[in-house]
Amino acid sequence: MGYDPEKPMVDRITDLGPPHYSKFHPPVIAKNKGKWLWHEITQPGVLVHKAESGDECWTVRVGGARLMSTEHIYELCDVADAHCDGYLRFTTRNNVEFMVDDKAKVQPLLDDLASRGNKFPVGGTGAGVTNIVHTQGWVHCHTPATDASGVVKAVMDELFDYFVTMSLPAQVRIALACCLNMCGAVHASDIAILGVHRKPPMIDHSRITGVCELPLAIASCPLGAVKPAKATVDGVEIKTVKINNDRCMYCGNCYTMCPAMPLADPEGDGIAILVGGKVSNSRTSPKFSKLVIPFLPNTPPRWPETVEAVKNIVEVYAKDARKYERVGEWAERIGWEKFFEKCNIPFTIKSVDDYRLAYDTWRTTTNFKYTNAIK
Amino acid sequence: MAKHDTPLLDELEKGPWPSFVTDIKRQAEKNPDCWDILGILELSFRDKITHWKHGGIVGVFGYGGGIVGRYADVPKEYPGVEHFHTVRVNQPASKYYSTENLRHLMELWDKHGSGMTNMHGSTGDIILLGCRTEALEPFFWDLTHELGQDLGGSGSNLRTPANCLGESRCEWSCYDTEELCHHLTMHYQDEIHRPAFPYKFKFKFSGCANDCVAAIARSDFAVIGTWKDDIRIDQAAVKEYVAGNIPANGGAHSGRDWGSFSIKKEVIDLCPTNCMWMEGDELKIDDTECTRCMHCINVMPRALRPGAQGGASILIGAKAPILDGAQFATLIFPFIEISAENEFENVIEIIENVWDWWMEVGKNRERVGETMQRVGLPTFIKVMGIDPIPQHVKEPRSNPYVFWEEEEVEGGFDRSVEEFRKRHAA
Repeated sequence: MGYDPEKPMVDRITDLGPPHYSKFHPPVIAKNKGKWLWHEITQPGVLVHKAESGDECWTVRVGGARLMSTEHIYELCDVADAHCDGYLRFTTRNNVEFMVDDKAKVQPLLDDLASRGNKFPVGGTGAGVTNIVHTQGWVHCHTPATDASGVVKAVMDELFDYFVTMSLPAQVRIALACCLNMCGAVHASDIAILGVHRKPPMIDHSRITGVCELPLAIASCPLGAVKPAKATVDGVEIKTVKINNDRCMYCGNCYTMCPAMPLADPEGDGIAILVGGKVSNSRTSPKFSKLVIPFLPNTPPRWPETVEAVKNIVEVYAKDARKYERVGEWAERIGWEKFFEKCNIPFTIKSVDDYRLAYDTWRTTTNFKYTNAIK
Repeated sequence: MAKHDTPLLDELEKGPWPSFVTDIKRQAEKNPDCWDILGILELSFRDKITHWKHGGIVGVFGYGGGIVGRYADVPKEYPGVEHFHTVRVNQPASKYYSTENLRHLMELWDKHGSGMTNMHGSTGDIILLGCRTEALEPFFWDLTHELGQDLGGSGSNLRTPANCLGESRCEWSCYDTEELCHHLTMHYQDEIHRPAFPYKFKFKFSGCANDCVAAIARSDFAVIGTWKDDIRIDQAAVKEYVAGNIPANGGAHSGRDWGSFSIKKEVIDLCPTNCMWMEGDELKIDDTECTRCMHCINVMPRALRPGAQGGASILIGAKAPILDGAQFATLIFPFIEISAENEFENVIEIIENVWDWWMEVGKNRERVGETMQRVGLPTFIKVMGIDPIPQHVKEPRSNPYVFWEEEEVEGGFDRSVEEFRKRHAA
């Protein structure tokens, strides 16, 4: 039996939802849920959680590409079958966690992982760089301004030592979104790598009639840059749109609504770097990431400019910040003018907000620091 | 045997971080269509632009979400990825798996699709990456009949809810995140599968203010654990930390010599409300001043624990920048109890209040946070039927442009200018 295209609705099952999570808890988790006392990271990538019962759950965290094959997943299952009673889990940052109920089982697990080449790097805990949360990029998306998996691989190769150690002032969360839609929600990351367009959309008059609802395309523009217009296609006058280029800030929302308005471009597209965001409420409120480098070119396969920019910020932060300080807390303590000076990043007009609520970011005090920006 | 030359992608097989290129090549040995994934990606690396067409409406019967259509713009050269649709499968809460379940799901994906995945997508789903249109219904049949599993959300619907692992393996969780996530996911299957909203709507559930699932930044409806009573202190463990016998911050800083632990520098001085002090060798906390930010608990997990009276704050309206700029969620309910015993009816009531209003007044493609911005927080507070409290704002407004209801003003708005002129010549 199986799907019968002649009778698609016969015996159809819908709205089942996901399986109940309790079916997948390892025994030590099922037994001690809600009764954990404390945890400790005993070495990079290895955590122990202690329960009221005295039980211990030892977790080994491994990084890797979020883009993974079934072959890779079968191998993850092989490891979990050999060491973890057939259970494993994934974290919110695309790491994989193997759990065992006895410290004695940790080293054999680590040895097994290490024997499989570089597929399963152990780390991503504590005051280091954990896995990069990211989007699809050129491997699968229709609106990207840059690739995702390729940039992430290049950046993580360079920051690898920070993944397998815990030597930074605090955790550094890096995220990549390949366009302003931000499926990767990079807007609250210590370091955000963001794909940006820089050219207004082109109008494909020959297609627009068939694929777009013009009022929706016009309404989609937050700055009113999309206007009704007329054009002649094969001698016939049609209704279409035009772009006021001076108003366009290349968000791509019109292209999302109207496939006849493509804006991607090999030279126009690239990467912006934003820093200083955080999600946690610890010590200070959650913060948005702030734009410090408006544009770096797309330079596949290894994006050296982006890799260098991210590494530079991590290294200056590592040297200068105090213990527990996240990147944004550090930048606010020293002042953003000092951030630009210490990181040797030129401050440009592009970092001065002119969008909505921009005034909130203008400086309205006499308090400032003298840096090399004041000539 | 490789079908295309990929000199640029081959550069990404070097270096210490695991290579997705090496992984796709391994998969291609089993499923030759995957050579065309590498081929089309290599082309993008050369051209510095995507080769996927815009959109394509595909799905399974009866659902308006869960599948994202995708077609190559160079299908002749790369026929293996001519259709390359995404299937979103609703992940189990907390993302634990048995290998039995995971293997079975992957076998289905090998049978029907490319065998490439994302574990997981940004919203939380298992993302199965790349299959043909004619494979969608057979895959869905097998998914539901063999595994008893289901698709997640896409489009203008309730997106697949997600949670931090909560009480399952974390001592800080103030409520059972995975149970609430699972319960609401089951309760709202119709809203997940059949788009009826102005735009997407996301639930995320974090067990404490560390917010490991980024609820405050990424969800329209964020449930973030907190507590009502006092931080639980084990003074004996405090002494152990002070003596340097337990590594601070759960050992998270062990890779560098930061000097010996100072409870004053690392805990008391970093408390944002200055509500902690030492009396002799005892740590004291004025819990009435505490905002439960988690810093002290993070630093001394064996000495400090969240209070025993757990619950959650509800914050509403977070989103990424498109379109009006990024927003964090706004605190609307400072504390509610979260209980499976009443089937979370208090949470459900709040959700449906928000939806009833947003479905009425929300514009096409307007996230609820943008609707809140448009009508203003005072209006939203009234819609929610709650009293305004100082906790709703960072500070009171600094402008005097207050709206008054006519009935709030003595005598109302209707006045006679003739009467006025009798006393006040123009």
